[in-house]
Amino acid sequence: MSIQFVVHEEGDSVGVVVVEGVKAGDHLAGWIMEEDRILEIKALDDIPLGHKLAICDLADNATVIKYGVDIGRTIAPIQAGGYLHVHNVKTKRW
Amino acid sequence: MGVDLSKATFRGYLRENGRVGVRNYVIILPVDDLSNAAAEAVAHNIKGALALPHPYGRLQFGADLELHFRTLIGTGCNPNVAAVVVIGIEDGWTQRVVSGIAATGKPVCGFGIEGHGDHETIRRASHAAREYVQWASEKQREERPLADLWVSTKCGESDTTSGCGANPTVGNAFDKLYAHGVTLLFGETTELTGGEHLVANLCRTPEVRAQFQAMFDRYQEIVQRHKTSDLSESQPTKGNIAGGLTTIEEKALGNIQKIGKKCLVDGVLDKAEIPTGPGLWFMDSSSAAAEMVTLCAAAGFAVHFFPTGQGNVIGNPILPVIKICANPRTVRTMAEHVDVDVSGLLRREMTPDEAGDALLSMMLRTADGRLTAAEALGHREFVLTRLYESA
Repeated sequence: MSIQFVVHEEGDSVGVVVVEGVKAGDHLAGWIMEEDRILEIKALDDIPLGHKLAICDLADNATVIKYGVDIGRTIAPIQAGGYLHVHNVKTKRW
Repeated sequence: MGVDLSKATFRGYLRENGRVGVRNYVIILPVDDLSNAAAEAVAHNIKGALALPHPYGRLQFGADLELHFRTLIGTGCNPNVAAVVVIGIEDGWTQRVVSGIAATGKPVCGFGIEGHGDHETIRRASHAAREYVQWASEKQREERPLADLWVSTKCGESDTTSGCGANPTVGNAFDKLYAHGVTLLFGETTELTGGEHLVANLCRTPEVRAQFQAMFDRYQEIVQRHKTSDLSESQPTKGNIAGGLTTIEEKALGNIQKIGKKCLVDGVLDKAEIPTGPGLWFMDSSSAAAEMVTLCAAAGFAVHFFPTGQGNVIGNPILPVIKICANPRTVRTMAEHVDVDVSGLLRREMTPDEAGDALLSMMLRTADGRLTAAEALGHREFVLTRLYESA
C-alpha cells in the first residue's frame, strides 16, 4: 500500500510526511520503519512534504521523541495528527 | 542488485607512497591569496592543470597557521593528485608547502613571486606544469583491493528525508565498507548536538571516548560564548527548517544515521589530520559543507558520500563528491545534481539494504573514473577553515 508518512521507530511521537499536498482532514498511512508496521492517522492541518505531524497527543512542555531520542520540547499542546514544527517545538540545547 | 564487496576491486592510480587515487590531477596550488592570479594564469596556459585559488595565507599565526599549512600540504599529498606546482608570494612558506608534499615522493616544485613578478613566475611555473601534465597523462589505472579506497562523508542542506532516507543509505554502505577494512571518516562536531552521547557510546576505547568528548565540549563552549540567540536559522539552517527540521537535536540524530549501525569509532582526528589505519574516524570539524569536504580531501580521502535533502550543490576540486538524495521533490527539481536517487525508500519501494548497495555500486563506478554530477557541473569549492583573526 502507498504511504504518506514515515515513523523511525515504535515509541516516537512524530512522523515525517513524505508526499506533497497533505491537507487537513486527509486520512494518512504511516510506515514505522524499524518495526515495518503500518499506522493510520487523520491529519488535522495542511502539512508540507518533509514536515512532521504528531502521532500522539502531546501536552505543553512535553518531550518530543524521534529516532527513540529526545529532540526538544513542546511550547504548546499538540494533538495527534497536528502539524509539529518550530512554531510549537523548541530545542532544549543552546 | 546486490554488491559483493568481498570480491570488489577498483581501478585506481597507485602513488609513490602506496596510497591509491581515483583521479589524476596536476594542481597549481597558491600558498596565499596574492598568488591566485599567477596560479590561474598557469592553469590557463597548461591544459589539464587545475588551479586551486583561495582567499587566505597572509598574517596567520599559531594553530590557525598550522592548519593552513596542514590543509594545503594535505591537499597536495592527496592520492587523487599526481603532481603539484606551488606558487607563493615569497620563497619561505612556498618551500615549506613543497617540502611537506615532497614527503609523498610525488613530483612537486615551488615558485616565489617576489623578485620575479607575475610574468616570470607564470613562465617558469608553466614549464613545470607542462612537464607534469604530460608525465601524469601516461599514468595508468590498475586494479586495487577495496581496502585501498578511503571514503569520507558529510551531509548538507539536510531535511527530514535525509534522516529517514539518504543518511541511512550512507550508514548502510559504511557498515558494509567497515567490515572490509576500508578507511572511513565523518565529522561535523556541532551537528552531533543532541546525539553526542550515541557517538560517545560507539567509541572503541575509553581513550578515544575521552578525546571525542573533549572535542565536542570545546566546540559547544565556542557556540555558548558567541551565540546571541538559540541559533535557530544558523543551526538548524533556514534551509533545514524549510525542509521540516525543527531542532538541532533532530538534525543531529539524522546526521548520525550516516555512521550506520555496526561501525565503532576507532579514532579521532584534528582538522585535516591524516588517519593512521583503517576503520571509522571522527574529525573535529566545521559543519559547513565546503569547509568539511576540503578538510576530508586534505586528510587524504579519495571518494566522498554527500547526502542531501533540500539539494546542496557542493563539489570539490580534487575529491569526487557523490550526492545521495531521498527527497522526491529534490530528485525531480534538481536531478542534475543527484548521483544516487533513493527516494524509493520513502515510498517503501526500496529497502535500506538495496539503497546502500546502489550507493556502493555508484562508489565503485566513480572510483573507476565515472564523473560525479558535481564534477560534470564544474563544482570546485575549495574552502580553508580559519580558527581566528589574522595577526
